[in-house]
Amino acid sequence: MAVLEIKGLRKKFGGVMAVAGVDLEVQEGTIHSIIGPNGAGKSTLFNLISGYYPSDGGQVFFKGKDITGLSPQEIVKMGMGRSFQVTEIFPKLTVFANIHATILYHRGEGLRLFKNAGRLFREETEEILSMVGLIDKAAETSGTLAAGDRKRLEFGIVLATKPDLLLLDEPTCGMSPAETSETIDLIQEIAAEKALSVLFTEHKMDMVFCIASSITVLNFGTIIAAGKPEDIRANEKVQQIYFGEDQCSLK
Amino acid sequence: MDIGRAKRGATERSNTEKWLWGGISCLALIAIPFVLEKGFSQYDLYLVIKILVFALFAMSFNLVLGYGGMMSFGHAAFFGVGAYCFSLLLVRASCPLVLAFLAAPFAAAIVGLIIGYFSVKIKGVFYFATITLSFAQLVYILAFKWRSFTFGDDGIQGIPVPAFISTDVSYIPYYFFALVITLICIYVLWKISKSPFGMMLMSLRENPERAAFIGIKVERYRLIAFVISAFFSGVAGVLYALLETSIAPEILYWSMSGDVILMGLLGGMTLFLGPALGAAIMVFLNSFITSYTEYWGLFLGTTLILIVLFFPKGLGGLAVEKYRTWVKGKKK
Repeated sequence: MAVLEIKGLRKKFGGVMAVAGVDLEVQEGTIHSIIGPNGAGKSTLFNLISGYYPSDGGQVFFKGKDITGLSPQEIVKMGMGRSFQVTEIFPKLTVFANIHATILYHRGEGLRLFKNAGRLFREETEEILSMVGLIDKAAETSGTLAAGDRKRLEFGIVLATKPDLLLLDEPTCGMSPAETSETIDLIQEIAAEKALSVLFTEHKMDMVFCIASSITVLNFGTIIAAGKPEDIRANEKVQQIYFGEDQCSLK
Repeated sequence: MDIGRAKRGATERSNTEKWLWGGISCLALIAIPFVLEKGFSQYDLYLVIKILVFALFAMSFNLVLGYGGMMSFGHAAFFGVGAYCFSLLLVRASCPLVLAFLAAPFAAAIVGLIIGYFSVKIKGVFYFATITLSFAQLVYILAFKWRSFTFGDDGIQGIPVPAFISTDVSYIPYYFFALVITLICIYVLWKISKSPFGMMLMSLRENPERAAFIGIKVERYRLIAFVISAFFSGVAGVLYALLETSIAPEILYWSMSGDVILMGLLGGMTLFLGPALGAAIMVFLNSFITSYTEYWGLFLGTTLILIVLFFPKGLGGLAVEKYRTWVKGKKK
């Protein structure tokens, strides 16, 4: 069954069709990747799905319900969590507080004015920090973390909202090869453990082919190929985009 | 590793220290008026009460700026509405004191709800400051021009202060009255700052986008903070009216909104008590410098430029930073 279903989604910025009629299905419990060159419309697509931008046409269904035009808040509440290409965390709060605040809100404590926040949900917070490997840095100010750790923290924030579908926008951007493979393992592990569905964009092709069970290739806002990794690898159009048709033309 | 337990252990150890400092502060707060009356003048005691009033105002304001990250340039409206509502109820309607005292902060909160409703939707510091400023100036004009109701620029004179807190002979009774009210309000503000709601506010300040994508209804939370802040600013306004026994439209003017921002900057917005320190410095310096020169504004401006350039966390922030490095040095 498809956890996410997109039909004819469109978005125009000025004269540019950033997303020009995209159809896409993410099957429940699978890891699905969107690839494509810079400016292909990957991030715009994410922003449309998660309610960040209003779309100019088309529909988005999440768990069978039409979520087109809903606010980000309503979509998060339904169980879709997202990360951003440029990591979005709460930079002046500690690593602990980043996760803690998310959990407090998500457990409906946000409007408590006179309870002591410090006593609530400490264990849950520590559990997520251990999961993403940041428990030793819990007391640090999150803005001072290295890029890879910040990505992991954002991943933790997203997990703290207890999502069923993860939207990850370049989850290993700015990471070293070692960190990248660690993060891949982490995403796979958690997705399997919690039976999550994942939709992610990525530039590192080896990572995509390593963990995705299906791949959609986007260029100029339209889908040019979709299917299993081996099909995509063999696809001529995809090879053209990524490697160029005439590789010897410079000679 | 359990950070929670380690942290709790540390707080238990410092608990005796906390009680000690609390006791000393209490004694000092009780002793202040008697010492000032014997050794100094009633005027000095008046200044201390003024500090209490403005400390409460500045700390209420800091819920919006320091915690919520909203640059309100219109907080004079809530202070002023509190003071005006209270005074008008007493003078025009001969309303009982208790009733007027309770009604005024709610009036300020309602004005906060109206101004906040339109303002919290605005994105960007500059536009937020502009819209709150515009609304506050509207309230000022209303008080200034609506002579038949507000007494216009004559202000409200001779606010009837009941005998038990009358300042005719001594400021001591009123000092304790203002102290108790201020401490209660500050305690409530402190609880809020430590609550889940306080954490939501800080996360909104840090990154509204991220906050929206963990599901926080950004505007609603901002509005609630704005209304709470307006309420306590209104309480400060009432205390001010009782202290001065007369008020004028100037307390609604934009420069009052500016003053409360400056108090936050001076003392440090990142500290809970920072704005109170800023209020103390402003009130004392103002009285001290204006007795020597009329160029108070010039002096204030220079101080602020220096603070913003060199100590952006305010004097309170600076002191805490120095203290922390000192403690660290001692441990080594």
